[in-house]
Amino acid sequence: MEYNLTELMACVASRELENKKSIFVGTGLPIIATMLAQQLHAPDLLIVFEAGGIGPKIPTIPISVGDSRTFYKAVIAASMDYAMGMAQAGLVDYGFLGAAQIDKYGNLNTTVIGDHDNPKVRLPGSGGANDVGSLCTRTIILMRHDKLRFVNKLDYLTTPGYLTGPGAREAAGLPAETGPYRVITQLGVMGFDEETKEMTLLRVHPGVTVEEVVENTSFELIIPDDVGVTEPPSEEELRLLREEIDPSGIVIGK
Amino acid sequence: MKVLAEGKGELLAWITPDEGRKWMRENKPRALIDKRTTMKEAVQRYTKDGEYFAMGGFGHIRLSMEGIYEMIRQRRRNMIMAGKTSVHDVDILIGGGVVDRIECAYAHGHELRGLSPAGRRATESGRVKIIAELSNAAFQWRFKAAAMGLPWLPARIMMGTDTFNYSSSKIVEDPYTDKPITLIPACYPDVAFIHVHRCDKYGNCQIDGTTIEDIELSRAAKRLIITTEKIIPHEDIIDHPDRTAIPHFVVDAVVESRYGSHPGNMPDLYYSDEEHMAEWLKLSRSDDGVHEYMDKYVYGVENQAEYIELIGGEEKMKHLWKLEHLQVPMEAPWRR
Repeated sequence: MEYNLTELMACVASRELENKKSIFVGTGLPIIATMLAQQLHAPDLLIVFEAGGIGPKIPTIPISVGDSRTFYKAVIAASMDYAMGMAQAGLVDYGFLGAAQIDKYGNLNTTVIGDHDNPKVRLPGSGGANDVGSLCTRTIILMRHDKLRFVNKLDYLTTPGYLTGPGAREAAGLPAETGPYRVITQLGVMGFDEETKEMTLLRVHPGVTVEEVVENTSFELIIPDDVGVTEPPSEEELRLLREEIDPSGIVIGK
Repeated sequence: MKVLAEGKGELLAWITPDEGRKWMRENKPRALIDKRTTMKEAVQRYTKDGEYFAMGGFGHIRLSMEGIYEMIRQRRRNMIMAGKTSVHDVDILIGGGVVDRIECAYAHGHELRGLSPAGRRATESGRVKIIAELSNAAFQWRFKAAAMGLPWLPARIMMGTDTFNYSSSKIVEDPYTDKPITLIPACYPDVAFIHVHRCDKYGNCQIDGTTIEDIELSRAAKRLIITTEKIIPHEDIIDHPDRTAIPHFVVDAVVESRYGSHPGNMPDLYYSDEEHMAEWLKLSRSDDGVHEYMDKYVYGVENQAEYIELIGGEEKMKHLWKLEHLQVPMEAPWRR
């Protein structure tokens, strides 16, 4: 069955989520990946929105992480203090993040391209990203893969990955046993080496070569001997995405 | 306590806890006073050029848009905006020439709709300056510190990043764990608007759905203007005191503002008006378009009733009620 790259990334991201865990979710791709996981293998995945909606049954894609869809039939309509405090206290297992730039340690930039005080492109800023990247146990980054985005040096470090390498998060005072877990792009799935905390290629998507991934990465990506291939989206995954989760094609397109 | 690092962002809207206590002691009304007024009067009396301003809600959810339009009509200038997930609110205020500085957790974006052309153009050209950065959690904890009468609150965020370097926070060695911890300074905005579902004439307010950071903000703001969909009898408030999100003694003015969050979402009452958002996002691609929008929707109307007529009247609001209640399919005209 034919599928587009957004659909593929949504499926791949959803498969990373375990049942009976909690997740901090943003709008767009993260939300459809999470809704898909809930409908397939993770019905008891607890959704946390930063504006205070916790445990909703999302009826249709929210435009904002604070709109009324985010607490539809939720277990609690709380506050940002509640949601962020919950993450700081260790109750949030996963967090989804996007970025305009990423480095080999999974540090992210969503603030500015160019100089901060004389910007070439001004982006929204941290929003809740720094909090998600600081406080959730495992973060999953969803973004486009090319040389301008996978960079040696970020223009601005908005959200902490492994900072400067092993031990750096702990030394900075960030909570123990936290950090980036996966990076999912239109080319493949990356993880982080346990020893060096550097980004490692885990799988390429169907039809993508390892060379293509390397060519689209400015820093040196660790390439193990056993790079896998992503399972393409199943008919059931695509049906759920197109017919139930995003029938208007707001995120996945038409 | 050893200071390990200091952000270089400008420390904004901070006063000492004793100065904060003095302000609250001398200015906040303990008695039940009828605070109803008009938007014109509220903006004239409680907002001033150059001040630090915060909007309740969440950028395009539960906004005092009528208050924003009135600030533009009264030509407020050089204001600093609390960019605490500011979306349509800050974009319109930038377009209207009110805001020229932002303390930024989130601005220049419209979430799922993409980036904000007006806000981006202003910041990239230098017309608007970003004078400090921080995260969303940091912002609401700034308000919480003020609400608690404290100089700062500790939090385990922002360490090791430029978000910290451009913030007004400090990192110290925590005397209990001996580990670094971030101190988030209190923030007492000069003035804040918060839009609520209903309140009495004294300003005791009920909010349906998430309170986002409004409980904290309502207690931190030096001056607080409540705008409300509806004014209800005081008896209805005290019959359900567990429903009060904001009590009268932190409120300075009450303005009835039906459909006041439009084109933003007002949970349970109306969803966001995506057709209107698409029109703004399209027009705001140029300065001429921004002027066209302002002439039509802000300067071209006298008050909220005229504005609602212009955007499609009761029929449009009924449609947005249906959209809110999932009776008609979602629209995303900005995708076209």
